Amino acid sequence: MNRIDIKLCGVGGQGILSIATVLGEAATLSGLQLKQAEVHGMSQRGGDVQSDLRLSTEPIWSDLIPLGGAGLIVSMEPMEALRYLPYLAPDGVVVTASKPFVNIPDYPDEAALLAELDALPHTVRLDIEEVARESGLPKSANMVLLGMAAPYIGLLSEAQLREAIARVFARKGDAVVQANLQAFGLGLSHSMKTVSK
Amino acid sequence: MSDKRLLLGDEAVALGALHAGLSGVYAYPGTPSTEITEYIQQSPLARERGVRSRWCTNEKTAMEAALGMSYAGKRALVCMKHVGMNVCADAFINAAVTGVKGGLVVLAADDPSMHSSQNEQDSRFYGKFAMVPILEPSSQQEAFDMVAEAFCLSERFRLPVLMRLVTRLAHSRAAVSVGEPAPQNAFAPDDERTRWVLLPGNAKRQYASLIAQQPAIAGCAEDSPFNRLELSQAHSLGVVAAGIGYNYVREMLPAGVSVLKVSQYPVPARQVRELAAQCGRLLVVEDGQPFVEEQVRGLLGPEATVLGRLSGDLPRTGELTPDCVAAALGVSGARPFAKAEHLAPRPPQLCQGCGHRDVYAALNRVAAEFPGARIFGDIGCYTLGALPPFRAIDSCVDMGASITMAKGAADAGQRPAIAVIGDSTFTHSGMTGLLDAVNDHAAITVIISDNLTTAMTGGQDSAGTHKFEAICLALGVEREHLHVVEPLPKNLDEITRILREEIAYEGVSVIIPQRECMQTLARKLRQKKQAK
Repeated sequence: MNRIDIKLCGVGGQGILSIATVLGEAATLSGLQLKQAEVHGMSQRGGDVQSDLRLSTEPIWSDLIPLGGAGLIVSMEPMEALRYLPYLAPDGVVVTASKPFVNIPDYPDEAALLAELDALPHTVRLDIEEVARESGLPKSANMVLLGMAAPYIGLLSEAQLREAIARVFARKGDAVVQANLQAFGLGLSHSMKTVSK
Repeated sequence: MSDKRLLLGDEAVALGALHAGLSGVYAYPGTPSTEITEYIQQSPLARERGVRSRWCTNEKTAMEAALGMSYAGKRALVCMKHVGMNVCADAFINAAVTGVKGGLVVLAADDPSMHSSQNEQDSRFYGKFAMVPILEPSSQQEAFDMVAEAFCLSERFRLPVLMRLVTRLAHSRAAVSVGEPAPQNAFAPDDERTRWVLLPGNAKRQYASLIAQQPAIAGCAEDSPFNRLELSQAHSLGVVAAGIGYNYVREMLPAGVSVLKVSQYPVPARQVRELAAQCGRLLVVEDGQPFVEEQVRGLLGPEATVLGRLSGDLPRTGELTPDCVAAALGVSGARPFAKAEHLAPRPPQLCQGCGHRDVYAALNRVAAEFPGARIFGDIGCYTLGALPPFRAIDSCVDMGASITMAKGAADAGQRPAIAVIGDSTFTHSGMTGLLDAVNDHAAITVIISDNLTTAMTGGQDSAGTHKFEAICLALGVEREHLHVVEPLPKNLDEITRILREEIAYEGVSVIIPQRECMQTLARKLRQKKQAK
């Protein structure tokens, strides 16, 4: 059996559900089984948000990922990546944005927080907002992050993910599709550089 | 023909209902049930078939209107979050006494762990209380299939059927195989007045007939395809797994454990006894309160070993997780990483630019001048005013309780007694309380913080939009003590002055800060831009 459990996380409003939608579309296109638990309601208002996304070639029972089960944590925010650490599998990978989103008074020390992330066995991080902005794609930071995560998903190819992005954003017009594909490519090449190191 | 769609549990229920020939959905928004009605509102099939789907003022009006549609022969669905069952309980319980004509399915979405709620009450108790069949799906596919069966059961027993979801199914997506939609029922109003007029003479007969149906309802659950006994080689542990509890059990299942999957109630006594005969010990795995566990204990008597939430083998509170179920099954997983060190809680907060912020800024300024002031809050985004930086409210109990609690406290001598309630909550359950306050000339200051939408649940239409002044005047609020203001930082002084004056008034005052929710405003602008 081939499977991966992904913990998607961030702060309400950062666009993690769009990442989930693209992964869901790609899984459907490729005939994979999928379960994806989301958080709606009160927690969306600037609070921490997360989604459990499970992909498998075989039927999936639980909607929730067990502790120590996530092969991948994908986070729009560095402290939020750390929040779900107990869910990370022994050989799991953390793919995260590196720029803190500070909307609370007691946000931890940034350097210490990043050091804790970097001390994990497999962490890939990037200032995705900055990368997206530099390339004139300020609204596509979440697709930069998805691109970074792409090599670690395993069950979905780059082509399948690109096809899914094109489908999910199609109703917003070709310019939006192209921007998101470009952002995805930026994230992907960052991770490929990291992998080859 | 069947096609596969990726659907939330809520959406699977909605599509299942449409495919079962639904003619009307009646609901008040509430997490985690909201997406059912939203899906129907956006469905082309629903539009084509003229399915009635506007939001209702509260769960009671929803339940009664659905009963009316059922009376007229058509299939109706009522949706709400668990606490909505409290609001519609009068209608729900009595609908089991009158019975129904067209299929009537009542969907309650429970919120164990209180992700977005003030309690974790278990709606299955309401189903048992009303003595109607209860269905509880374990998956999105089962949710879809079950709705059609629920309507059939409802028409077969001529009773409302309760369907229960929990947050994790309501808000989780999976592929669902969908077939062809069935036709809708024809208009055919009932004419058996003795069923519907619950004068004591009729009610006694109807209640006796409800009791007489119970063995058939219990037998139906024992024969239900949604309940399944999966016996393994004789083993000392048997698991009764209800609703999505079944998924966690299957995820973690050690070899040789027998499982009774329960998705239709009453609890299937025959299979419980059969499982108990095979196994020395039973573990009951259910999301919510120990509903099945108590009944299994009752069925098997004090000699049996029944484990679950009551025995402490599963946590007494909170939703099930694969981890707590694994622990109860005696399976231990690898937990390589401990809790991180550099971590702070990030609670939800009011959006930047939200009008409720300006309301609380003014309230806190005035409250500082009256150290004894108490501010009674209510249910909605503005409940977040309890958290920093505002820490502005002293209570939040149930829909509408701000006005009535302020009134009761004022009756006891509380000055100032201030109520803060949102626009949608006011029409849901605040208007009647305001009438009480007016009739008693209670010394309260009511703030109806009107953002022109039901914001907390994602911006659904609010029943009283543009009608609040008229409603308050009609309820008897005096014109000179009714004010509409625009909650913006530049108006802080004006709002503060009005508050101060009205607090001094020994009677009912209503202040309506009115400004559209930032989220719905932004969405409208986006839609406008896309339409261009």
